[in-house]
Amino acid sequence: MLRIFSIPKISSRTYKVWLRNKDVFMKTIKINFIPQLLEPILYLFGIGYGLGFFVREIDGLPYVEFIAPALICISMMNSAFFESTFASFVRMYYQKTFDAIINTPLNIEEVIFGEILWAATKSMINASIILLVVSSLQLVRLPESLLLIPLSFLVGLVFASIGMCFTSLVPRIEFFNYPIFLLITPMYLFSGTFFPMSILPEQIQTISLLIFPLAHAVNISRWLTTGIAYSSIALSLLWLVVVAVPLTILSINLMKKRLIV
Amino acid sequence: MSIAISAEDLTKKFDDFLAVDHINFQINRNEIFGFLGPNGAGKTTTMKMIQCVSPKTTGSLIVNGIDVEKDSRSVKDILGIVPQENNLDPDFSVLKNLLVYARYYNISEKEAERRSFEQLDFVQLNEKKDVMIDKLSGGMKRRLILARALINKPRILILDEPTTGLDPQARHMIWDKILSLKKEGVTVVLTTHYMEEASQLCDRLVIMDLGKIIEEGSPQELIQKHVGSHVVEVDNTPAVMKCLTEDGDKYEEFANRVHVFAAEPEELSSKLMKRCNFDKVTVRQASLEDVFLKLTKKALRD
Repeated sequence: MLRIFSIPKISSRTYKVWLRNKDVFMKTIKINFIPQLLEPILYLFGIGYGLGFFVREIDGLPYVEFIAPALICISMMNSAFFESTFASFVRMYYQKTFDAIINTPLNIEEVIFGEILWAATKSMINASIILLVVSSLQLVRLPESLLLIPLSFLVGLVFASIGMCFTSLVPRIEFFNYPIFLLITPMYLFSGTFFPMSILPEQIQTISLLIFPLAHAVNISRWLTTGIAYSSIALSLLWLVVVAVPLTILSINLMKKRLIV
Repeated sequence: MSIAISAEDLTKKFDDFLAVDHINFQINRNEIFGFLGPNGAGKTTTMKMIQCVSPKTTGSLIVNGIDVEKDSRSVKDILGIVPQENNLDPDFSVLKNLLVYARYYNISEKEAERRSFEQLDFVQLNEKKDVMIDKLSGGMKRRLILARALINKPRILILDEPTTGLDPQARHMIWDKILSLKKEGVTVVLTTHYMEEASQLCDRLVIMDLGKIIEEGSPQELIQKHVGSHVVEVDNTPAVMKCLTEDGDKYEEFANRVHVFAAEPEELSSKLMKRCNFDKVTVRQASLEDVFLKLTKKALRD
């Protein structure tokens, strides 16, 4: 019986897996870069300025400034979650990339950890790109907002390991629709992203803060970009750190259970 | 002669299914050793245990003097693997596949480049070095996988059905490469269900069926032991069967044909033609395929 929280055997060779994914990314950098740049701009204009015309401001903040940090966090979530679900699943199931790598001195734990670190890196890359856009539009305060970059790695790690847990469980790629509709979409809407959580029923607020990483990511990010904290920043940061480590270990062990038979 | 791989009472169990059932074998250094058997016999499962990617259930397995359970990283460092399924990295070109793979072995960038070109030369894929994987033919993919398996200069090379699905040219080219690797001192372990491949390449082999090793020896030994020198093939008719049973000949019955094992093929065929009044007779040399069919039965299981 595999203990799902036992500490995985990880060496520095993990970096080789990260490097493989980075090499593929760099090869297609132009295709990777432009949609990432375009998406937040569309959201900023479509929702920030469009809806913002009617909403005007929330808690003294212009609406577009209210949602700017949320857009960055949504991008962290989406990029890490997509990478460790669809992209990792394709490498595992269709391309047999993991099988090829574990025939070398690397073990499966290192492969999965490398995948997770890469997914967190994708979160950081995408968050940085959007940060560049919102900074140039003067929607965030500087230099405090630069702390979003390390934060995006931590948030990416949480979402990457959540995604990897699903990857270890789904029988086919279509099954990722379940976590997307049942987890990612509600999180996207009810994490204080487009409106403050305080207008939600109290029970839902409690649930959000208990189980939604995005709620904590948005809380910290909004504090960094605007100086307004909706709940304790220290608690949000603690929540993310405390959750990241066991989730990463769990996802590695679940993947090992799936792949090593 | 020293031992490259030895297995004692090796067992692999998946839930209720015993895929490998207490097998014992010893593979000598610098020999080409074959695992033959029908689909589902347990060949690939055995390979995966040697490769340290599938943990054994019970028994002992020593590869290059190292217990696979104790230090799988060192075992994997000296193995070269040609898996049954093509798992080249489709995100990279031919050359980049080798470079990235070399990196997993902590081979320096400069050395990786030198070895990659050396291997591309060896498998004659130099001209394709910048081509993406999905543009390669089946034979080229297999050759590239062989090149990839050699990037760490392995002492033991594991080939799981290396030529399945290839045309004769590509197959002969792979055989050629395998034989030249043997000359360089590499130990080769090979699974196949091509009997011709096994006869041409293997110094020794085992035949597996239903998770067990049912026979072991050199191709010639096995043919002599189980079949004899020649096989006489005749159409399967009641008259022929009657004749054969009366005389107590050794034969193997198929739906349309009967294979009769004969030390004196001329005597037997003339008997069949005269006494049994039969004329569609073919005489040929006995082959490993006869041994294989005899030992693993002809029934199609899956």
